[in-house]
Amino acid sequence: MLDDFFTRALLAGVGVAVVAGPLGCFIVWRRMAYFGDTMAHSALLGVVLAILLDVNITFGVFVIASAAALSLVLLQRRVTLSVDALLGILAHSTLAIGLVLVTFMVWLRIDPMGYLFGDILAVSALDIAVIYGGGAVVLGGFALVWRPLLAATVNAELAAAEGVRPERARLVFMILMAAVIAIAMKIVGILLITSLLIIPAATARRFAQGPERMAVIAAAFGAAAVVAGLFGSLEFDTPSGPSIVVAALILFLSSLLRFGRPRRRPPLETAG
Amino acid sequence: MTRQADRGVHGEHVGTAGGVETRPALVSAHGIGVRRGDRWLIRGVDLAVHRGEIVTLIGPNGGGKSTAAKVILGIKTADEGSLASSPGLRVGYVPQRLTIEGTLPFTVRRLMTLTGQFPEFEIDKALAEVGIAHLAGAQARHLSSGEFQRALLARAIVRRPDLLVLDEPVQGVDFSGETALYELIATIRDRLDCGILLISHDLHLVMGATDTVICLNGHVCCSGPPHSVAADPAYRELFGPRTAQAFAVYRHDHDHAHLPDGRVVSLDRTEDPSRDPSGTARPRTGDA
Repeated sequence: MLDDFFTRALLAGVGVAVVAGPLGCFIVWRRMAYFGDTMAHSALLGVVLAILLDVNITFGVFVIASAAALSLVLLQRRVTLSVDALLGILAHSTLAIGLVLVTFMVWLRIDPMGYLFGDILAVSALDIAVIYGGGAVVLGGFALVWRPLLAATVNAELAAAEGVRPERARLVFMILMAAVIAIAMKIVGILLITSLLIIPAATARRFAQGPERMAVIAAAFGAAAVVAGLFGSLEFDTPSGPSIVVAALILFLSSLLRFGRPRRRPPLETAG
Repeated sequence: MTRQADRGVHGEHVGTAGGVETRPALVSAHGIGVRRGDRWLIRGVDLAVHRGEIVTLIGPNGGGKSTAAKVILGIKTADEGSLASSPGLRVGYVPQRLTIEGTLPFTVRRLMTLTGQFPEFEIDKALAEVGIAHLAGAQARHLSSGEFQRALLARAIVRRPDLLVLDEPVQGVDFSGETALYELIATIRDRLDCGILLISHDLHLVMGATDTVICLNGHVCCSGPPHSVAADPAYRELFGPRTAQAFAVYRHDHDHAHLPDGRVVSLDRTEDPSRDPSGTARPRTGDA
């Protein structure tokens, strides 16, 4: 029989994966993997500040990740550095500040490892409510900006010319991403969130003919990775977050294999 | 052969060009200037597109054709000048460069609803009109460049735009395909009764299906109906010897020439600082 904590872990993980799949597609399409990583890295700072100010941790992470995204957009406009350099600076400095603050505040007694690699087996019923409630809000908001965001992804100028407001869609997308990072942090941890966003989307690419289909398939692959990873973690006594990512990777690698396609040979020509 | 067929298409529309001018413009720009750093990409550009009119922007690469079009579309903000567009203007746009990322699966049919939703039969009609109905289910990335241009055109016309802006719509299309595509553009104008702003750097074919030609090289060198402007040596200098073929259709006079750095000199060799696209009148030694 499954222990109760394990059922909760499964429910929480699947909920996060279903939201992460469609958002992950956009991260892949827009080449924002490192951007997502930067937002995730800032999450530890959000945790520490939330504890210091005595506010909800998920909320603190959401605010700080949004702030990281916005400051990156502003820096991009003002500083003549390449985007990847800016991302590198922002990602690692926010993570470092978070780690330094954790060490300073010995009275907090928080374990950074739990946040860095996730603690899915400690998920509470309230966490599940936050994941499903927040997840529904994120998916709803995402559905609203889907068309403009997709149009802006294909060509921002075309989207602007035909009046679908690409900048606004992009801003909403960043905020949704911050929300996903905040609710996914407990499941796979700060360092592995991006993989839960990107790997299922990359796996889905080969099986999809259209963007909407790819989003749904990515959600399904993400959920499958969570289930497989959690069972694997139980079976082999491995940490749950990394196990989920390994399961996602195995799914991705198998999607690269050519299977079920009979090789066509040219028909033999028979002489008259 | 092809050229004569072209002129036939052209001939039908010359008559309408005059009447068109009395209607209010869909968009009109006056004295538009766009600056990058301390360099003016375009300056003092007047441009208007009326319903039922095809306006063609021609000019060398870097002459500011796309920049002018982007100001008209509202994508770029002009640093000087004014822009007026009729309220509720519906725009269809085919940008100069559009590539679909390999990571993004997109069928031709899905591409049609990129910026808005349309009934299936409208989509089928648009695809049939540009002649790629059989490719509706194909992945957009797998089309040839000519097929892809047609798909982009179908995507723009399914919106039933008042104003259609086509930035180099025939790129990657072979010569006979070019003629067909320009004829198609003229047909679309007739059916939708929209205004079309067309950008091209190869003028030899565009001439056939256009009402007004605007020659842009930082500023408006000249403009007018293609049949009423005469050829000029300065024009040949601007576009290269290939354009000599087009003179029969498109001839016009220049009262100035362009220096290699983009400055403008009058043909009597005096420099005209008011027309200087760089925005700064530089002292010149010698033959003033």
